[in-house]
Amino acid sequence: MTAALEDLWLTYQSTVAFVGLNGLLALSVYATLSCGQLSLAQAGFMALGGYTAAILTFHSGLPFALVLLAATLVPSLAAVPLGFPVLRLKGVFLAIATIGFGEVVRIVFVNLEFTNGALGYTGVPQRTRVWMIYAALAGALFLLWRLRRSRAGYALEAIREDEPAARTMGIHANAYKLSMVVLGAALAGLAGALEAHFTFMVAPSTYSFARVVDMLVYAVVGGAGAFHGPVLGAAFLTLLPEVLREVGSRVGLQPGPLRLFVNGLVLLLVILFLPNGIVSLPQRLRERREARRPGAARAG
Amino acid sequence: MLLELDEVERAFGGVRAVDEASLQVARGEVHGLIGPNGAGKTTLLNLVSGLLRPSGGAVRLDGRRIDRLPPHRIAALGVTRTYQNIRLFGGLSAADNVVVGAHLRRDAPLWRWMLMLPSAGAEQRQARARALDLLRRVGLEARADEKAQNLSYGEQRRVEIARALASEPRVLLLDEPTAGMNPAEVASIAALIRGVAAAGQSVLLVEHNVKLVMAACDRITVLNFGRVIADGPPAQVARDPAVIAAYLGGER
Repeated sequence: MTAALEDLWLTYQSTVAFVGLNGLLALSVYATLSCGQLSLAQAGFMALGGYTAAILTFHSGLPFALVLLAATLVPSLAAVPLGFPVLRLKGVFLAIATIGFGEVVRIVFVNLEFTNGALGYTGVPQRTRVWMIYAALAGALFLLWRLRRSRAGYALEAIREDEPAARTMGIHANAYKLSMVVLGAALAGLAGALEAHFTFMVAPSTYSFARVVDMLVYAVVGGAGAFHGPVLGAAFLTLLPEVLREVGSRVGLQPGPLRLFVNGLVLLLVILFLPNGIVSLPQRLRERREARRPGAARAG
Repeated sequence: MLLELDEVERAFGGVRAVDEASLQVARGEVHGLIGPNGAGKTTLLNLVSGLLRPSGGAVRLDGRRIDRLPPHRIAALGVTRTYQNIRLFGGLSAADNVVVGAHLRRDAPLWRWMLMLPSAGAEQRQARARALDLLRRVGLEARADEKAQNLSYGEQRRVEIARALASEPRVLLLDEPTAGMNPAEVASIAALIRGVAAAGQSVLLVEHNVKLVMAACDRITVLNFGRVIADGPPAQVARDPAVIAAYLGGER
C-alpha cells in the first residue's frame, strides 16, 4: 500500500512542484499588476535568482537557506535601479522597456563564459523539497493577503484606480510602485532559485520571453483582481496539460499541439466570458442565479 | 496669508490659461473663484495642487514655496482637493475612498499589520470609524458600503468632499462641488463649507452657482481669460462693471 502511494508521489511530484513554482511566479507578476503596472521583467529577475543560487551552490559552502535568501535579495536590489527610470513610463511603454530588461539579462547569460554561456549549469544538486516551494507560496500569499487591507494596500488600490487623484491625497505613488516591483523581483528570484535546485539546471533558454507570457497568462486566467487568483490560474494551467495528455493519449492525439491549442482557447474563453478570471466564477454564477430569480417570480 | 498666489502663470503652447494671476486666501476664509467657462479656474487649482507646474510666478503656503513640489508633498503640507470631473476610486466603497483620503493621517506601520498585532487592528477600525463620521457629515452614512461607481452624481461629489476632508487639510480646494445637485443638496453643501471654515480650515471654491458663491464666500476673485479682473467681498464684486461685462458680454 505505502509502496503504491510512493509510486504515485514519484509520478506526480514534479507536477505538484510546478503548480507551486508557477503559483509563485504568477504572484510575482501580480505584485506589480496590483498597482496598475504591467511589468514584464519577471523572467529576468527569475534568471538572476536562478543563477545567483546556482553559483553560490557551486562556489560556496553556504547552507541552502542562505542561498535562497541571496537569490531573493540580488534581483530585489537589481529592481531598484531598473524601477527608478522605468516607472516613469506607463502602459505599453513600460511593458516594452521591461521586456527589454529581461532580454538583456538573458543575452548577458548567453554570452557569459563564467556561467557556461548558452548551456548554463547542469547538475545543480537537487536541494529543493516540495514542502519548501509550498512554504514559500504560503508566505507570499500571507504577505499579499495582509497587504490588501493595510494602509499600504489601500494606497496601492488607489494608485491602480486613479494615480493622479491618489497623489493629491498624499500618496507617494512612485515609492509604492517601486516597492511592488521590488517585491515582484524578490518572488521571481526565489522561484528561480527553487526551480534551479529542483530541475538540476539553469540555462538562459529557461528565462525567455515566453516564460513571462506564461506567468502573465496565469494571472489573467486566474484573475488579477484578487491575490489568490493568479495562484488558481497557475494551478489550473499547470494541471490542464497533464489531464489532457491522459485524454489525448486515449483518443490517439499528439499531446504537444493539443496543449498549445487548449491553452489559447482557455485564455480566449476567460477574456471573453470571465474577464475577472476564474476567481470571479462563483460570484458570476450567483449573479446569474439572482438575475433569473425575479423573472421566475414574475412568471408565477 | 495662508495660501498665496503671486503672479502665477501657465501657458499651453501659445494660450495663457493662467496669466499673472495673484490671489490670497486667509486662514478660515472661504474664497470664491469664479469666471466664465475657460477662464482658467481649474488650471489654477491644478497649479496649486501640483498636478501642473506654473511657467512663472510663485505659489506659497504659509510663506513657503510649494510650486515646485510633487502633488503628494503638497498634500502632506495640508492642501487637498476635489475634482470637477469626479475622480473617485470607483471600485472601492464610499467608506474605503474616505479611508484612502486619510492616508496622511494614519499612523499604521506595515510590520505591525503584517504581524497581526491587535494595535494594528484597532488602528484600522479607528480609520473606518473616522471615515463613517465624515460620511455622516456629508449625509451619506447609509451609503458607506456601496461602491463609489454605483452612487449618484451628487452622492459622488459628497464622497469626494469627505475624502478630501479626511486628510484634515489646511486648505480645501473644491472644483464645482455642486454641479448637478438639486437646490436642497446645494444648501447642505453651503452649510458644510461654512462649517469647514468655522473649524479654521480655508476653502478655495470654484463654482458656477452664483447664489452659493454669494452666500458662502467671504471673498471672491474673478478670472477671465486667465487674468484676475476683480477681487473683493461678494457684494462689491457683484457690482463691478468689469465682472458684469465678462459675464454678460459687454461691449468695449
